[in-house]
Amino acid sequence: MSTQTSGMAIETAGLVKTFGETRAVDGVDLTVPAGTVYGVLGPNGAGKTTTVKMLATLLRPDGGDAHVFGHDIVREADTVRGLVSLTGQYASVDEDLTGAENLVLLARLLGHRKPDARNRAAQLLEAFGLTDAAAKQVKHYSGGMRRRIDIAASLLNTPDLLFLDEPTTGLDPRSRNQVWDIVRAVVARGTTVLLTTQYLDEADQLASRIAVIDRGKVIAEGTKGELKASVGAGTVHLRLRDPDQRPLAADLLRRLLDAQVQPEPDPVTLTARLGAATSRDTAAEQAARALGELATAGITVDNFSLGQPSLDEVFLALTGHDTRAPGAGAGSGTGSGADHSSGPKDEVAA
Amino acid sequence: MSTVTTTAESAELAPVRTDSLAELLVAEERPPRPSAWSASLTFGWRAILKIKHVPEQLFDVTAFPIMMVLMYTYLFGGALAGSPTEYIQFLLPGILVMSVVMITMYTGVSVNTDIEKGVFDRFRTLPIWRPSTMVGYLLGDALRYTIASVVMLTVGIVLGYRPDGGVAGVLAGIVLLVVFAFAFSWIWTMFGLMLRTEKSVMGVSMMVIFPLTFLSNVFVDPRTMPGWLQAFVDNSPVTHLASAVRGLMAGDWPADEVAWSLGWSALFVLVFGPITMRLYHHK
Repeated sequence: MSTQTSGMAIETAGLVKTFGETRAVDGVDLTVPAGTVYGVLGPNGAGKTTTVKMLATLLRPDGGDAHVFGHDIVREADTVRGLVSLTGQYASVDEDLTGAENLVLLARLLGHRKPDARNRAAQLLEAFGLTDAAAKQVKHYSGGMRRRIDIAASLLNTPDLLFLDEPTTGLDPRSRNQVWDIVRAVVARGTTVLLTTQYLDEADQLASRIAVIDRGKVIAEGTKGELKASVGAGTVHLRLRDPDQRPLAADLLRRLLDAQVQPEPDPVTLTARLGAATSRDTAAEQAARALGELATAGITVDNFSLGQPSLDEVFLALTGHDTRAPGAGAGSGTGSGADHSSGPKDEVAA
Repeated sequence: MSTVTTTAESAELAPVRTDSLAELLVAEERPPRPSAWSASLTFGWRAILKIKHVPEQLFDVTAFPIMMVLMYTYLFGGALAGSPTEYIQFLLPGILVMSVVMITMYTGVSVNTDIEKGVFDRFRTLPIWRPSTMVGYLLGDALRYTIASVVMLTVGIVLGYRPDGGVAGVLAGIVLLVVFAFAFSWIWTMFGLMLRTEKSVMGVSMMVIFPLTFLSNVFVDPRTMPGWLQAFVDNSPVTHLASAVRGLMAGDWPADEVAWSLGWSALFVLVFGPITMRLYHHK
């Protein structure tokens, strides 16, 4: 373990990377405290992967500078490589080899002697629930298994800094939860984790600080609470018993919550988008007050839910364009994220 | 549909055991970095594991060399030397050189297809001697060249090749050939990294390999060639190598031709090695 764990794991200033005409990373400043999970949130093509690749010494920055535990990523690249591990978006293991062969190969390359390498590989396969698949070629693994072997390969030597580039993209919810458990176990042992993701709820679950990246620039940075407060408190969804009461309810919500209220296609439902939460009045408090007023007015509410702002809403609020805007890159920013982007809903009994 | 299958798969999959994982992560002293040689050998082991999983890739070092020996011995034997048995005494060391030098071009193709895979990102983030990845390839290939040489010699001996240099001369010839092929392969690692597709690597390789191997003293004595061609052939690295291997296997121990072959080998490594590594860095 590094002796500098109390300091900063990553510090970048004005980091730039251009590919031809495109400024993929356009002046990124990041400060990541050691021992934390730091989330980098943004759509496809925002510059997340390019930033991670520069920090992991795979790409040379075209401008600015960056330090990992105080070591310059260009001039002291070899020292940095000794401290970090990277798990990329696609499997960064050899698909032609078996799971066990991959881990032994990488352990040998990290300097472990043959018996130690075999032991470490066997222990990791066991911990990751892959013992049965150890002798199978990785190309025959399922998506969840690939992700596990990939993360296991990054933990052969416990790294000081672990880069996880979209670790759950394309995984089913169960595999995704298991990856989250792994991340929590890793960070509990003192490793700093830099996690890139397209999903607000993933950053929410794991990260203590979040940077939102769009078109190669950091457009917002802060704790989860700060980020959400800057975006708005979320949305209130109501289902009424009587469709005739909807205009009345909408009117009431508009006055009480200072919210934009939209009727939904279903004649008994409506959605209110809350304004920025203030410190003295949280979204839940506002909603509770609204429920009370609705009851007093004699409006029967059958179902009620409070939703967090989605990544789309965060983007809309921060950039004025949504994640699918052409300027935001590959254009499929949220296409695959339908199951994640709406965020967890805190159901409240009505 | 796909959701159903992945869910079924993860249901079968044993759960992650975060408690034992936590134990594993307790920071231990990291072992010292492996030496350049040890890292290269480990990558060589990777190449051998790949052969183990896909043994068909040995086709080019078994069937192809046999075909070469049979084809040229019987095609040219009668016309050039009176009989195939007489011709093979001259041809075999040369055709050995030609076939192995030709086989080296597969290195470029495998580098080109492999480099696009995610695993290279991991290799590049390891604190190891950087050329070891490429050296590992070439060490795995050296094994393939040895297999090809043994296969061809066996076929040659069956057809009547009787080297005067004995076991020592034949072994020395193979060692020199494998050393040269290892050095020569750096041209292909360069092209493998430089060119964008497998097909273009193949195309360029053919353009280099055909003139280089055919315009040599592998099949005939260059004395009958026109002067301008003799000038090229006499100075070609393949001619020097073929003469050296022919001499070693005949028991002549030709010091000057061996020196020329080793000199060319050193030149290939010194020129194409750094270019390969530069391309590898910037990939």
